[in-house]
Amino acid sequence: MHAPDGFLTAGAAVATGAVSAGTIGVALRQAKHHLKEKQVPLAGITAAFIFAAQMFNFPVAGGTTGHLMGGALAAVLLGPAVGAIVVTIVVVIQALAFADGGLTALGYNVLNMAIVTSFGGYAVFRLFRRVLPSSTPGVVASTGLAAGISVVLSAMTFSILWLFGASAPVPFDTVFASMVGIHLVIGIGEGVISAMVIGAVLASRPDLVYGVRDLDPADLAGRKPITTRTFVIAGVLVALLFATVVSQFAVDNPDGLEWVAEETGFIDSAEEHAFGDFIFADYATAGITNEPLSLAIAGIAGTLVTLAVGWGIFAAVRQRKEDEPADQTVG
Amino acid sequence: MGAGHAHALYVHEHSPVHRLAPEAKIVAAFAFVFAVAVTPREAIWAFAIHGTALVAVTAIAGLRVRFVAARMLAILPFIAFAFLIPFVASGERVELWGMTVSREGLWGAWNILAKASLGAMTSILLAATTEIPDILRGMGRLKVPPVLTAIASFMIRYLELIAGELGRMRTAMTARGYDPRWLWQARPIAASAGALFVRSYERGERVYDAMLARGYRGVMPDLDQHRAGASEWALAALLPLAAILTSAAAIITT
Repeated sequence: MHAPDGFLTAGAAVATGAVSAGTIGVALRQAKHHLKEKQVPLAGITAAFIFAAQMFNFPVAGGTTGHLMGGALAAVLLGPAVGAIVVTIVVVIQALAFADGGLTALGYNVLNMAIVTSFGGYAVFRLFRRVLPSSTPGVVASTGLAAGISVVLSAMTFSILWLFGASAPVPFDTVFASMVGIHLVIGIGEGVISAMVIGAVLASRPDLVYGVRDLDPADLAGRKPITTRTFVIAGVLVALLFATVVSQFAVDNPDGLEWVAEETGFIDSAEEHAFGDFIFADYATAGITNEPLSLAIAGIAGTLVTLAVGWGIFAAVRQRKEDEPADQTVG
Repeated sequence: MGAGHAHALYVHEHSPVHRLAPEAKIVAAFAFVFAVAVTPREAIWAFAIHGTALVAVTAIAGLRVRFVAARMLAILPFIAFAFLIPFVASGERVELWGMTVSREGLWGAWNILAKASLGAMTSILLAATTEIPDILRGMGRLKVPPVLTAIASFMIRYLELIAGELGRMRTAMTARGYDPRWLWQARPIAASAGALFVRSYERGERVYDAMLARGYRGVMPDLDQHRAGASEWALAALLPLAAILTSAAAIITT
């Protein structure tokens, strides 16, 4: 979601810039005693990984992009303050040296991609840590769920900022539905990748992970870092929850195309707009006459697809685990 | 490491723009983009002047317009989604090529398109004329906290190292007859990523220890004596100054 220049009004750019600079300043002060020694290379490596991960991006309506964020992963590895600093560095270097994201957009880009994902993601991680068992699978599952949710939180913040600093009168609902919708899918990828990376790091160097400082390393090191049933069950629950929430939202607010159809009168005056007749009229009818049913089916189908993909991955993971030797030396 | 270094956008040239001290260029780029951002969208002529100024900088920097245009084309697909805005925006409808679209939405799309293109072109010019270590050095001279530039320079250095390491791990895997490429093989890929992370970290740790042993105190000594003097600041200020004047005129006249 690297927003370009001019995406929000100048006032919103300045306001978010002040908020982001202030937050990063506080984070720097908070992180000072952590960052002194060994954390600098770890932060640099994490930044490099996140940089690489953010290169895979694709366009989202309204002139912005969707991609992996990495903020929650950085927060679990390094703590929320250093995590936010790391992602901020990634975003700033992308804007300065790679022309990715506007210079005046840095304020809101840092807020969305670094601050919300790191602090929000870490809060969610702590929440899940409290619920799930204090074991490697529990930590891995918490990381995955927190990472997935952090991406959605970021998309929500993005939409809320649009509410305050919109540079064009696109309704909040449209922005919210498209941003949050896309980022639900991205969130699944983000969650799986973050969980797997944390799992692999926990397997060999649990001392590097900030998020498990309260646990006994010996307790963690002895186990295979596998994303188990806990992860699957919790993931399915969260997916269902999201599907429900978002499809409810979709019921209340037609998407962009339907909205155009209604607003411009394509639906009523089909004879004036030749092609409105077969695209929009059909689309609107299909969407509106059996609205609850079609949405329910869409929601169930979406969750089933997610489940199937997830099940495929985890089944493969379990098989692999049995096939592979127990010990993998690293480094 | 023996391979060439990735210069993301940098183009080697000897031009006045390349020679400018990085701190002056960074400040100029930010000031220019801010001036563009506050330009009222109705003042189309002002955007034409902003664009002409950037084309002039491109020429002075000895960059081919085609290079800059190609770079901008790479990011255009993302900005192009601004074209959807007139269709989904609210407000008064107008006829355009047989479609009814929102007048406010058209202005909104134009606003994002113009400002995003000018902003992207500015970033491309900065990146094409300034090497990444120089950008970091410039940030340091602009009083960006040293820990930020330290992490950023670690990141830049390790980006390439990690890519190289990943390539070698893949080669090793392929040489042993294993070539994971399907979804159900995600586990070995994740394990590689995790191993790569730990391996890179441990290498970074060793390098960092070596740096500390050689007297590193969190700030790299700035050996480059070239700093922006008054004349260089004045030269760099020309671009944002022109933009600020244009933008002020546009605000007054609209």
